[in-house]
Amino acid sequence: MKLIMDTANHIAGEAAKAARAEVVAAYPITPQTTVVEYIQKLISNGEFDADFICVESEHSAMAATIGASATGVRTFTATSSHGLLYMHEMLHWAALARLPIVMVNINRTIGPGWNIWADHQDSMAQRDTGWLQFHCGSNQEVFDTVIQSYKIAEAEEIQLPIMVNFDAFILSHTSMPVSIPDQPVIDKFLPKRKPVWKLDSSDPLTHGNIIPPDPYLEIRKSMQESQDKARDLIRTTAEEWKKLTGFWHGGTVEEYRAEDADLVVLAMGTLGSEAKVAVDRLRKERIKAGVFRIRSFRPFPIDEIKKLSEETKLVVVDKALSFGGEGVLYSEVKSALYGRKNEIFGWIAGLGGKDVSWQDLVQMVKAVKDGKAKPVNWQKGGKGAITGFI
Amino acid sequence: MAFLLEIRLHGRGGQGAVTAANLLAVAALRSGNKDAQASPFFGAERRGAPVKAFARISSEEINLRSQIYNPDLVIVLDQHLLDLVDVTEGLKKGGTLLINTKKRPAEIVSYFPNTIRVATVDATGLALKYEIKVGGIPVVNTAILGAIPKVTSAIKIEKIIEVIKGRFPGESGDKNAKAARDAFGMTEVSP
Repeated sequence: MKLIMDTANHIAGEAAKAARAEVVAAYPITPQTTVVEYIQKLISNGEFDADFICVESEHSAMAATIGASATGVRTFTATSSHGLLYMHEMLHWAALARLPIVMVNINRTIGPGWNIWADHQDSMAQRDTGWLQFHCGSNQEVFDTVIQSYKIAEAEEIQLPIMVNFDAFILSHTSMPVSIPDQPVIDKFLPKRKPVWKLDSSDPLTHGNIIPPDPYLEIRKSMQESQDKARDLIRTTAEEWKKLTGFWHGGTVEEYRAEDADLVVLAMGTLGSEAKVAVDRLRKERIKAGVFRIRSFRPFPIDEIKKLSEETKLVVVDKALSFGGEGVLYSEVKSALYGRKNEIFGWIAGLGGKDVSWQDLVQMVKAVKDGKAKPVNWQKGGKGAITGFI
Repeated sequence: MAFLLEIRLHGRGGQGAVTAANLLAVAALRSGNKDAQASPFFGAERRGAPVKAFARISSEEINLRSQIYNPDLVIVLDQHLLDLVDVTEGLKKGGTLLINTKKRPAEIVSYFPNTIRVATVDATGLALKYEIKVGGIPVVNTAILGAIPKVTSAIKIEKIIEVIKGRFPGESGDKNAKAARDAFGMTEVSP
């Protein structure tokens, strides 16, 4: 085990190397982050044995990754913000072709106005592409989740791509200590990919030809079944990793002091980490609060959320909004708890990188506790972190 | 009792404030702290313009992901920034302001709130003495790192030296380490 102190971008590159990705295809220019230049450095130094394909757009980056993955090799790519949006068509393609690609997305908002800071608008817009979608709260979790993602994506019953998300700047450019297990430990956990199908010139086949309505519906249904099966596999894979390395960030959800909580904060990414600080403060004031940090947005952890008592009040904090609807996570949580009595409150916060501090989260929970919250609330604009709410 | 130290560094783009924050965080871990973070200012930066970098050090796991508004320690790499930037903004009562300057704390302490401690070290002088330069300009980030163990017991000077030598191997590491060692001896702190 080696302890290093580095940014999540570099850690993501280390994870791709440790997973022995064989092809990395990426577009290296803004909104791309330093993941790709770090990987190129590792490859050119001879530390990382992979082919790097430098392409002219994110659409092409995903197309090249699809092509490489279809030959049966392990593939990696990285993107962010508008780059992810530009990939959108190919994201569908990768999932429908059942290719176990792993990609990191550095969560940055969408312009105009031009903004390079974190929110989840980019990844939430990919909700329906068929990709599994994980969100990380620390740099260690970025490393561990990338490794685990290959194991999950490549499992015979899954065969779907995975997007590992982490917040721009808050993790991408922030150095944190990360323990990297010895390579033989990783190799044992993650053996070479065994493709279910592949393009092979010695055994030719065609792929992606016309498919009539009946089998089309059946094939799409099988994707949904794989997403459903992934819920258990996410947990058991994380448990297996914990046995090998000691690191644990939760299964589909990371629960924190939630067991006896009257109020539970649900959030994704770094907001879920900050919420632990808020909960510790609230507990000191004898307010029984807890956290459900949603690690897996797709598949959505419906059963885990249903375990909460019907008396528990939920405080859902979204860093993304479906305009004309409501917070994306808020909708998902309400849908999961359909027919139950839980009171559910939503906050739209942190858009375009606006800081959301534990003080903000404390105020949100107290507003719910004191009956002052509306069903949907907005973090207040203006300078600083301690901004209250409207 | 959980210990948390929040640090803000003020420098100019290219002076190595972000590198200093990173080295500081590594030295903090090696000094026995359980967790540390180091980050640049979240946004675009330009060479020569005022920039900020941040670090957190704790005896416990750090779950904080929000920005630092009320640092315990502010480090100023370029004394001329004092004319441009409110370096004491948000600095906690009882907090410390560490400045790279030839002046002694007694000469400048009256310019700052009397609720804070002022520490000074001539890091530029040390960078010139040991010829630590990039493009002819003295680089002060390693020298000023040596002053930090003088203002907080959470970081050990031996670990600062070790981390500098690890980051800059060979002769360059020796020069930077000497500058840090000298800074440790020269740093003066207001009562």
